[in-house]
Amino acid sequence: MWDYTDKVKEHFLKPKNAGEVEDANAVGEVGSMACGDALKLTLKVDEKGNIEDAKFQTFGCASAIASASALTEMIKGKSLEEAEKITNQDIADHLGGLPKEKMHCSVLGRQALEAAVANYKGEGVKEKEGEIVCECFGVTDLEIERAIRENNLTTVEEVTDYTKAGGGCENCHDTIREIIARVRDEERPPARPKLSNIKKIKMIEETIESEIRPSLQHDGGDVELIDVIGNRVLVATRGACAVCKAAEITLKSLVEAKLHEFVSPELVVEEVKE
Amino acid sequence: MTTVYMDNNATTQVAPEVLEAMLPYFHDLYGNPSSAHTFGGQVGHRLREAREKVAGLLGALPDEIIFTSCGSESDNTAIMSALHTQEGKNHIVTSRVEHPAVKVLGGHLAKQGYRVTEIPVDREGRLDMDRYKESLTQDTAIVSLMWANNETGVIFPVEEAAQMAKSRGILFHTDAVQAVGKIPIDLKNSAIDMLSISGHKLHAPKGVGVLYVRKGTKYAPFLVGGHQERGRRGGTENTASIIALGKACELAGKHMEDENTRVKALRDKLEQNILEKVSRCRVNGGGAERLPNTSNISFESIEGEAILLLMDEFGICASSGSACTSGSLQPSHVLRAMGVPFTMAHGSIRFSLSIYNTEEEVDFVVEKVPPIIETLRELSPFWKPEEGICATGA
Repeated sequence: MWDYTDKVKEHFLKPKNAGEVEDANAVGEVGSMACGDALKLTLKVDEKGNIEDAKFQTFGCASAIASASALTEMIKGKSLEEAEKITNQDIADHLGGLPKEKMHCSVLGRQALEAAVANYKGEGVKEKEGEIVCECFGVTDLEIERAIRENNLTTVEEVTDYTKAGGGCENCHDTIREIIARVRDEERPPARPKLSNIKKIKMIEETIESEIRPSLQHDGGDVELIDVIGNRVLVATRGACAVCKAAEITLKSLVEAKLHEFVSPELVVEEVKE
Repeated sequence: MTTVYMDNNATTQVAPEVLEAMLPYFHDLYGNPSSAHTFGGQVGHRLREAREKVAGLLGALPDEIIFTSCGSESDNTAIMSALHTQEGKNHIVTSRVEHPAVKVLGGHLAKQGYRVTEIPVDREGRLDMDRYKESLTQDTAIVSLMWANNETGVIFPVEEAAQMAKSRGILFHTDAVQAVGKIPIDLKNSAIDMLSISGHKLHAPKGVGVLYVRKGTKYAPFLVGGHQERGRRGGTENTASIIALGKACELAGKHMEDENTRVKALRDKLEQNILEKVSRCRVNGGGAERLPNTSNISFESIEGEAILLLMDEFGICASSGSACTSGSLQPSHVLRAMGVPFTMAHGSIRFSLSIYNTEEEVDFVVEKVPPIIETLRELSPFWKPEEGICATGA
């Protein structure tokens, strides 16, 4: 049995704002029967752009119903501008949290809200943008990317929990893995702007010179930079290091650690035997 | 709040007589049946009696009964034994609606290079016998087909299927976990080589099962260790639970008629009343031969987990084949194999009764379920009340 919070149970057993707003001027419909959950959100937006009334209809499990109920409660009285800022995590938080396998219910809520706002603005039903990645549940790469960004996802399993992508035949798992890697890559510390290769090599050389070489030479050893291929730093050991059995440990614990600290945490040091 | 338990295909209450029979083996009779002393040895005698009782229910010989820890262990043991004793044969035949104990093992074996054929079923959940016959080859090591389906209660013609396998020299195993105790089984004049039982499905406790292995069948143990079960399953006997299972089998024999008359009548009443009171629902496997206790009903346009949780508010216990209930994202593999449309599959509820259910309980469920369905349908964007039909069709 699912471990639902009291708040989820409350919204499920006594849903707020169930039904359809009769004179709705913003309608958002997302999900499908095949996918196992669907949400229709109807809003009445006044001339000032405030959400006067909001109602929902949900086909889905307890947490899907609770998420939709919570959403209507959250957006009623808000301006469209404020409502648009609501994320799926906000919906989950409003419910005191959702089991991770049920996070897609909160995503469905956010998607319905977006669809309703687009409908109000006369943007009509947008064609799904991006390429379908998960054929089973019709999830696109853009949807997956967004879920990864907004919820800081790192595994295929998490992506499935939030978007359903990959929850069927599993054929798209490799593609999802690639998308995660790409997004994660883009999101690497903004404090450290993307290094050009030349800059990177220069920084590696400087770090070796000022941070690494002195302590190695202290023990009669040395290290020489041979090449940099992507994030692989190829080095050759010299002097005492070349015959030292612990050289591999030194490479990892000293050389790599220093390069992580001063250049980039993605660098991997490899020893080249000549 | 009283509990109305209609989830007996998931697990059953331990019968009071069974509990009484097993309790002494936790305190006064805690000896190890393998011991040389009288204190332990006397337990060995009682185990023999339990073995005879299990054999009695199945029409088997006591020596053909191997006690295990559960139905899944029995299933795994049977299939792996068939593969180990027939090296060179690398084909397994099973069905698309098996319990995970067989289905998942089949998946693992397929990855290891075995050829696994899953025979499809029709819309009522009946096995495609033509496809089954065609699938049997010289290369086939074992057939494993369930006797009765846990989700729908649909019964496979295992005897006929076993004959077909036998005439081709192929071993036949059946997962009879849901069938034993609910319908008569007689292995005396049968072509079935191996059969699995789970104790907790027939009012014995969890943690005990049986693998029946026909005398003369080549066999390789799954769990090696001590000489227990004549070297066919290592590990000190779960004495209290084995005694319990013996008692449960004895009781099952006595209650067989009640199960197939009174319990069946209760199930039919439940089903008919719900079908009358609720529009747009159907019985999955209703057109096939079924267990007397099981009813799998699909309610269009709504989702099963929500139904279960609303029933739970009244203490009613049942199961669902919906995706959300299991934590997977797709509805039950059984309903999908039967081609049940999505509009129906997500809203499936399984009621499974036992001899302990009463007519009052059935009346209570019949009273509570229709308003629950109505409540959820009012919430559903797919439900069009004025039409009384589902907007998306089936």
